[in-house]
Amino acid sequence: MKVPSDLLYSKSHEWVRIEGDTATVGITDYAQSELGDIVLVDLPEAGRVVGLDESFATIESVKSVSDIYAPLAGEITATNETLGTQSELVNADPYGSGWLVKIRLADPSQAGSLLTPDAYTAVLES
Amino acid sequence: MIVKTVPTPSLIFEKSSPGRIGCNLPVADTPEVDLETVLGPIRQSLDLPEVAELDLLRHFTNLSHINYGIETGFYPLGSCTMKYNPKINERTAGLTGFTHIHPMQPAATVPGALEVLAQVQDILCEVTGFDAISLQPLAGAHGELTCLMLIKAFHESRGEGESRRVVLVPDSAHGTNPASAALVGYTVKSVPTNAEGNTDIDALKGLLNRDVAAIMLTNPSTLGLFEPNIEEICRLVHERGAQIFCDGANMNAMVGTTRPGDHGFDCMHLNLHKTFSTPHGGGGPGCGAIGVKRHLEPFLPVPVVRRSDGGIVLDEQRPLSIGKVAAFFGQFLMEVRALTYLMAFGREGLPEISRHAVLNANYVKARLREVLPAAHDRPCMHECVLTAERYKKQNGVRALDISKRLIDYGFHPPTNYFPLIVPEAFMIEPTETESKDTLDAFCDALIAICAEASDDPELLKNAPTTQIVGRLDEAAAVKNLDVRWRPPAKPEVEAV
Repeated sequence: MKVPSDLLYSKSHEWVRIEGDTATVGITDYAQSELGDIVLVDLPEAGRVVGLDESFATIESVKSVSDIYAPLAGEITATNETLGTQSELVNADPYGSGWLVKIRLADPSQAGSLLTPDAYTAVLES
Repeated sequence: MIVKTVPTPSLIFEKSSPGRIGCNLPVADTPEVDLETVLGPIRQSLDLPEVAELDLLRHFTNLSHINYGIETGFYPLGSCTMKYNPKINERTAGLTGFTHIHPMQPAATVPGALEVLAQVQDILCEVTGFDAISLQPLAGAHGELTCLMLIKAFHESRGEGESRRVVLVPDSAHGTNPASAALVGYTVKSVPTNAEGNTDIDALKGLLNRDVAAIMLTNPSTLGLFEPNIEEICRLVHERGAQIFCDGANMNAMVGTTRPGDHGFDCMHLNLHKTFSTPHGGGGPGCGAIGVKRHLEPFLPVPVVRRSDGGIVLDEQRPLSIGKVAAFFGQFLMEVRALTYLMAFGREGLPEISRHAVLNANYVKARLREVLPAAHDRPCMHECVLTAERYKKQNGVRALDISKRLIDYGFHPPTNYFPLIVPEAFMIEPTETESKDTLDAFCDALIAICAEASDDPELLKNAPTTQIVGRLDEAAAVKNLDVRWRPPAKPEVEAV
């Protein structure tokens, strides 16, 4: 399973890339692999404010429907609209073109409680 | 042993030959009208197949042979209770006294039909331990929804409708549970399952506050395990003023042996199409009767079918009722089938259902122990949940691949990937109607397939190979489903 070294992670298998006061969020390679073929990504409207660990999106695969939780609190400034027609991008490129949303962070210090790549790898191996 | 490959059947359109006729209409006793004059050239544009009666008969008979159902083979689909439905059910449901009546008829003209409803209610009260039954809900999830509406009405009647906004649902629950709660307007919170496979009581205590309207609990759980702390859970829920609903999907494990009403539940739904042998799925319709304790009875859907002074009345005068949840009295002929089943077993016979269902599931679990270990190694109820995680780690063979290979061995696969908390889940529910011979043949097949998973994983990843279609693209089936036949392009006909 790919765990890129330049990202932060949550225990519920979301990844986070922080640039300035904005975080890009997606699901990890492990998460997409466990879900199987993804058939629908239901994303929120831009402008919605989400709390830490709040469910903000759902992903439906051939196996299940799963909630996606906000790894950081803030306002959703952009969503990956391509996924409306090409949900398979989450499977094919979870860390790239399969990103889900961008969040303007309410409290950047929350990032301190996210997992480092090593810590997330340890979660996967446990 | 692998079954033979089934040839791909042609479509009825492809069997069509211009001018061939399949029926012989009687001579009209009214003046003939030329259809084309009235309708225009619609007949040609429809491109209907033109076949003889024998072609038609062979076509559909051959298609029916490709179908797989409980009447062709073992159907161990977990959480679905695909038991055999005895044929005597069809005989009673076909009696003209039941089929030639109309729900708009005055009640006084159909005492026999009312007696059926009242008797089904009486027996189901006794089987479940509840005080009243409503047969109105039309399917399992509809029964869940109705119970939550009753609970909502109950809290509202006590002035707590606004404050109690949360429904608790275990993380192992059927997806219909949170969906039903959301439909009634509740916020859903998840209750974790502990390492033993039971409801995590400490987590439940933390979640149970005055905001909680109800908890929806499946017992036995979807892990096929009986909740040993059920009485304590019911007590905790009631201490906080909340209600507890029993998802009755797994009632087949309890029939005649133990009763949810006695465990402390306030209400439950039953799937007559699972537990009480009425037809399933496409052969339905489903039937989601509900049972309630006395304090929820005033809110039941109207009309309530109730015995009164030696007769049976349809009681509409119930000011606290939530109203109707379906037309008339539910799926009436399904109630006839369920009553037939219940009376054929009788009070003494009913426990045999749950005993054999539980025995069969434990037998399968024990026979498969070495190849597909149980997710929680303790005696199971009517179904067992096994994990194929070993093969995924070993060489990428998933539970789905093993299931697809089972098709090549002539069996319907069990439920996969449910409950969600078990990795590479295999949920097997044999039901009580299968013999040891059938269970052995199924277990032998799975043991052989698990050996193949180690020796020749590609065999599984490419399965099935013996059917009219191979491995289907499930994602495409959801996203781009296209089952429409289009005629081959014809040369343009010049307008006259």
